[in-house]
Amino acid sequence: MEREVLEISHLRKQYDGQTVIDDLSLTVHEGEVIVVIGPSGCGKSTLLRCVNALEDIQGGQIRLHGEPISQKSRNLQQLRQKVGMVFQNYELFPHMNVLDNILLAPVKAQKRARREVKEEAMALLGRVGLENRAESYPRQLSGGQKQRVAIVRALCMHPELLLFDEVTAALDPEMVREVLEVILDLADQGRTMLVVTHEMQFARAVADRIIFLDQGRICEEGPPETFFDAPKTERAEKFLKTFTFERKNKSKSGIRPGEEKL
Amino acid sequence: MDWKFIAEYIPLYQEAAALTVKIGIAGIAAAIGTGLVCGMIGYYRVPVLGRIVSAYVELSRNTPLLIQLFFIYYGLPKIGIRTDAKACGMAGLAFLGGGYMAETFRSGIEAVDAIQEESACSLGLNKVQTIWYVILPQALAVSMPAFVANVIFLLKETSVFSAVSLMDLMFTAKDLIGIYYNTTESLFLLVIFYLLILLPVSVLGSILERRARYAGFGT
Ligand SMILES: Nc1ncnc2c1ncn2[C@@H]1O[C@H](COP(=O)(O)OP(=O)(O)OP(=O)(O)O)[C@@H](O)[C@H]1O
Ligand SMILES: [Mg+2]
Repeated sequence: MEREVLEISHLRKQYDGQTVIDDLSLTVHEGEVIVVIGPSGCGKSTLLRCVNALEDIQGGQIRLHGEPISQKSRNLQQLRQKVGMVFQNYELFPHMNVLDNILLAPVKAQKRARREVKEEAMALLGRVGLENRAESYPRQLSGGQKQRVAIVRALCMHPELLLFDEVTAALDPEMVREVLEVILDLADQGRTMLVVTHEMQFARAVADRIIFLDQGRICEEGPPETFFDAPKTERAEKFLKTFTFERKNKSKSGIRPGEEKL
Repeated sequence: MDWKFIAEYIPLYQEAAALTVKIGIAGIAAAIGTGLVCGMIGYYRVPVLGRIVSAYVELSRNTPLLIQLFFIYYGLPKIGIRTDAKACGMAGLAFLGGGYMAETFRSGIEAVDAIQEESACSLGLNKVQTIWYVILPQALAVSMPAFVANVIFLLKETSVFSAVSLMDLMFTAKDLIGIYYNTTESLFLLVIFYLLILLPVSVLGSILERRARYAGFGT
């Protein structure tokens, strides 16, 4: 088995006494792609936010390469630099152009040489097809382009773990693909990732393991083939049904005006 | 209109204007510093300091500058703090302006989406870097119109400086009227000189506003 990158043990998260994540344990190994799915409000975003300590936690422990990470960690900044997060609404900095968005953290937080980071940034922008947009401002880009910039920005920090929270949920359908392809490419490179998505086809393609969350607990987990084709729990089966549509009656007998029977 | 009188006293007004501008700039600069610190304390709800800051903001915004000046000029020496007229003018402007600027900056910071801060933190930037590189530039852009209005308001407020016998524009005009009864000419010069100070500030202000609007926003 590969080295463990992330170990979540008995995590509990509450908002004003209401439990949102309940005794959740999960280990992510190096190079593994985990896709977290589940109904709205089940705690997917909260889980990701706990992993890079954007939320305080009420119980359990999260460890990154063995080191506990929480809001109380002394070296929280260093730890967060190892975790790249991509948000649903990109969260680029609107007052900086694409290149400055990407360079800010490597140069200021990691104290790396601007020229070296710039070279890397340009190469990565090239890989996602945006080499000629380095000087553009976020408002001049489409949603799909913004999200690809956000991914490059995260990558330039050399993270050991990438978190994606519904990164295509705010995109028009024709832009979803360009972003998902970038993520598939990252999976092929052997990146360790924790992905939240509602795109089931994509989940099946990218995941090494599916985690199905329900009411803050892991309800079912397993390889995507098993999960999608033969879910073990009723809850998962019901959830997956919400993505397929069926007509009850397809024997089109037709109806003439004036003959409507209600 | 007595043009000879006007020509004769232009240099006097120039001197007074220079004084007004000098104290204005120093006072407003201090007000901006005060406002930034207080605005940040207000926004982050720093425990005890936050209370003090909001009391200060209410006090400074709800009392006239004239009274603040009297307090500094006549009141402070009673507890052993001596101030000359210039320092008093600057301090008064800083005290008054600090409250207005604090509110302007606080509302600017509040207008920046909280998730921008999270986005910066998740990249591993520390608190100070996050504020400096990510939050403040956006906050300042948002508060630019209110900021420019504050600067113009504060410059106009300098007209009460004469009350603590600072030889500013207002003082000069009153003085000349008292001596020569040339009311029309004295007031004419007063208006002209205030316009000369304020118009460029206004123009510069609207350029800044336009730039700030362009610099941000609209995702
Ligand atoms: N800041 C907050 N304060 C209080 N409750 C919150 C807060 N953030 C989330 N919650 C609650 O926690 C639960 C889990 O929220 P979360 O955002 O993690 O769900 P999710 O699985 O990401 O849902 P979605 O698919 O809609 O994004 C929800 O019931 C939500 O109402
Ligand atoms: Mg969510």
